Amino acid sequence: MAERIVVDPITRIEGHLRAEVEISDGTIKEAFLSSTMVRGLENIVKGRNPKDVWAFVQRTCGVCTASHAITSIRAVEDALDITIPPNAELVRNLMLGSLYLHDHVVHFYHLHAFDWVDVVNGLSADPVKTSQLAQSISHWPKSSPGYFSDLQRRLKKFVDSGQLGIFANGYWGHPAMKLPPEANLMATAHYLEALEWQKEIVKIHAIFGGKNPHPNFLVGGMACAINMDDASGLNAERLAFVKQLLVQGKEFVEQVYIPDVLAIAGFYKDWAHIGGFHNFMAFGDYPMMGYHNPDRLNTFKMPPGVILNRDLSRVHDLDFTHVDTVAEYVNNSWYDYTGDGNAGRQPWEGETLINYTGPKPPYDYLDVSQKYSFIKTPRWKGQPMEVGPLSRVLMGYALGKPEFKEVVDKALAHLNLPLTALFSTLGRTAARALETQLVADWNLEFYDKLMDNIRDGDTRMANMEKWSPTTWPAEAKGVGMLEAPRGGLSHWIVIKDKKVANYQQVVPSTWNASPRDPKGERSPYESTLLGTPVADPELPLEIIRTIHSFDPCIACAVHLYDESGSIIKEINDISVCL
Amino acid sequence: MLTTQETNDTCFDSDFAKGDENAGETYYESIRRGGYSRRDFLKFATFMTAFMGLENTAIGRVARALETTPRLPIIWEHFQECTCCSESFIRSDHPIVADIILDKVSLDYTLTLMAASGHQAEAAKHATMEKHWGNYILCVEGSVPLGDNGNYCCIGGRSAIDILKESAAGAKAIIAWGSCATTGCVQAAKPNPTNAVPIHKVITDKTIVNVPGCPPIGEVMAGVIVHLVSMGRLPQLDNAGRPKAFYSKRVHDSCYRRPYFDAGLFAEKFDDENAKKGYCLYKLGCKGPSTYNACGNMRWNGGVSFPIQSGHGCIGCSANDFWDAGSFYTRDQSIQAPGGIEATADTIGKVALGAVAGGIAAHVVAANITKKKELKAMKENGIDIEKELED
Repeated sequence: MAERIVVDPITRIEGHLRAEVEISDGTIKEAFLSSTMVRGLENIVKGRNPKDVWAFVQRTCGVCTASHAITSIRAVEDALDITIPPNAELVRNLMLGSLYLHDHVVHFYHLHAFDWVDVVNGLSADPVKTSQLAQSISHWPKSSPGYFSDLQRRLKKFVDSGQLGIFANGYWGHPAMKLPPEANLMATAHYLEALEWQKEIVKIHAIFGGKNPHPNFLVGGMACAINMDDASGLNAERLAFVKQLLVQGKEFVEQVYIPDVLAIAGFYKDWAHIGGFHNFMAFGDYPMMGYHNPDRLNTFKMPPGVILNRDLSRVHDLDFTHVDTVAEYVNNSWYDYTGDGNAGRQPWEGETLINYTGPKPPYDYLDVSQKYSFIKTPRWKGQPMEVGPLSRVLMGYALGKPEFKEVVDKALAHLNLPLTALFSTLGRTAARALETQLVADWNLEFYDKLMDNIRDGDTRMANMEKWSPTTWPAEAKGVGMLEAPRGGLSHWIVIKDKKVANYQQVVPSTWNASPRDPKGERSPYESTLLGTPVADPELPLEIIRTIHSFDPCIACAVHLYDESGSIIKEINDISVCL
Repeated sequence: MLTTQETNDTCFDSDFAKGDENAGETYYESIRRGGYSRRDFLKFATFMTAFMGLENTAIGRVARALETTPRLPIIWEHFQECTCCSESFIRSDHPIVADIILDKVSLDYTLTLMAASGHQAEAAKHATMEKHWGNYILCVEGSVPLGDNGNYCCIGGRSAIDILKESAAGAKAIIAWGSCATTGCVQAAKPNPTNAVPIHKVITDKTIVNVPGCPPIGEVMAGVIVHLVSMGRLPQLDNAGRPKAFYSKRVHDSCYRRPYFDAGLFAEKFDDENAKKGYCLYKLGCKGPSTYNACGNMRWNGGVSFPIQSGHGCIGCSANDFWDAGSFYTRDQSIQAPGGIEATADTIGKVALGAVAGGIAAHVVAANITKKKELKAMKENGIDIEKELED
């Protein structure tokens, strides 16, 4: 007899996500994922100035902050045919690159680690042995027995206080927790170090964009003018600061994040067979010869492509803007389409009318035979796709890019696992770390190139030729694509009469977390949970392991846009606001 | 006779927090200060141990716990949000957040960071609410959608409206983080599809500390928390409910580019020669003249920069309805002054311009203008400078 388990709220994610799974014989047999919050940003940007839209849609997500802003700006620049100066491209690369470092490290330690690391168990660790363990995997200097015993004392005091704060009701002592006490203590130390470290790497965003979260961007380039002879511009001091932050960021990734992921993965090799998907898609990113260069395969650091049915011998052309390539469905989402509700919509032609038909709160269960989520269902040529770090790493590997092959082969050899181990929860988490290592290196390349340009006298940072709307065509449409930390992100814009006529966001977590399509095919979250063993149905540890391996960003995933500003639904009761 | 009731009542107007430098006075210290001996304290601990149904061997543990217990319990709700407030909070440079959550407060519920999910997460929240009813701090990130009876934001099968009302009922103090919770922010921009509202539209019977910004500066957020913990009471608030310490000045008043503004030196285009020289960004749409925030003096991310320093105008993210005040790149906006109390930005801008010309301290002017004569003179001056700017 199957047991229906509800996990809501799923914590340590961005946004509001709910899982309803059916478990029998200790295994997940069925899974439904639902997002239960909607805001309506695409509707809100309609009719606005295209140059302003980046700021609105940036607020889609404050965790992968900058992702939506850059994507939006790329969409507008695509529509208006604006080429940005090389320096602006490099600065955007540096901002995206430092975001990867920040976002992936924070994901691993602060959003994912408690699925694998038993903080309380670390209290029984031997600090001397913990020190030996730490020093055996890394040169990171904070590794003395005294360091770990101090931390242990602090934690003990914390736990003894009875106020467990964020650790309350965690899955401590769960049978699926496998790390020895010393590894738990070491990882807890790095949890706290990473919390302190993360506020440093984002200073790169503050230097170029003025603040983080939500740094500022500019259609046509970047607003941070270069002036080596003035305290106000990007000058030698500012640029030296960036370099220092990049180097420190790389050190933490190489000496803490990567060794920890590999060390922890060694105790969880059973998860190399759980939670894998079959189709993978990447848009590619980090342009080195301009975002609009048609040869993305060779001029982007991360190559684009599609892998079907785990067949790494063939990478398909993304063919993204072809009219039949991408379509979104709402057959299981709380929206209507005018006309055929089961047909897919190409994003430029898309529409969404929110129509919540789920149960009235408070409720215990969703009716999953009906529509059950605020996330729409995107498909690539009719197929569900996984996007994210694993897809990007697989794409680089399958295309034979030496950098990708090197980090992947080395990690697999270290763990003594075959290539197929990548198709798993563990593979997804490891791929995120491995690509961070690559990006940490590339950041220094972007930086050197920027410095070379300035040295050669090119200080241009923005192309303002098309700043004035009088230079724009009466009608234009564009698409902006970006490899956000969580995966391929695309914004689709239609500009008419100098204003936004339609705007759509097809985001990574929409691909990954969507409900099933009209053919009944599952998207990655729902598919990858099937077959997962669950030791204690009351405790959803195994469920959140796989969900977290995708790094959900649910405020991103839920989006709506809507024709002609139509009314979403009658507001029946506003008495609560009186 | 010491009762449980009394010891649990760590009320804000008491000076419970003046003991140990940052962590606040503990029950033990409070008891000692009240003239009771350590022996009395241990007796109380024994009583509590029995009360909780624990064995005698746990007495020492309970006593120790009480000695260190008064970390302020916090429940942090997440509604219609993008999580940028949580992200900003963890960026705080001083104090760093690891120290806050380990030593200063007990962050008992936050979807972003807590280990537990689902029922375990909700149980942790309810345990805190029951144990500390009337004494916990409620922090709210995100707006609340009233549309469609609240169906647009549900957590654990309950609507945000419902959850907020319940959490607020037992809160000692309520903090609204960011522009979503204080003004509704981007989802409340026209046409506000979900009828998103700030939390003061739902909670009308309690003081709410409004900490606007998209997001607020991390150190401002940490500063508000530290104020509660170390002072044992709310910070001083202005009439829009904002902590005066951080929101009493306009960005314009503390902007290092202000001298260029006063001298009439402006960037005309992004990346032009004037922009490279760091001239004032007013003509490129900077909303510093009508935005109350601490960006100019505290700056962001440990004081590294702030939007204007990095070449982009202030977009006014801590001002009411800034999303609907026209383009970020055109000046002469009509943003409502924060709190809707004073005047439009136009007036403020002109007043400020006049203030400069008239040699009157701008913050005095912005804070409260009552003298009509001065106002008139300043307006005239302001209009003159406006005219010059138009040319």
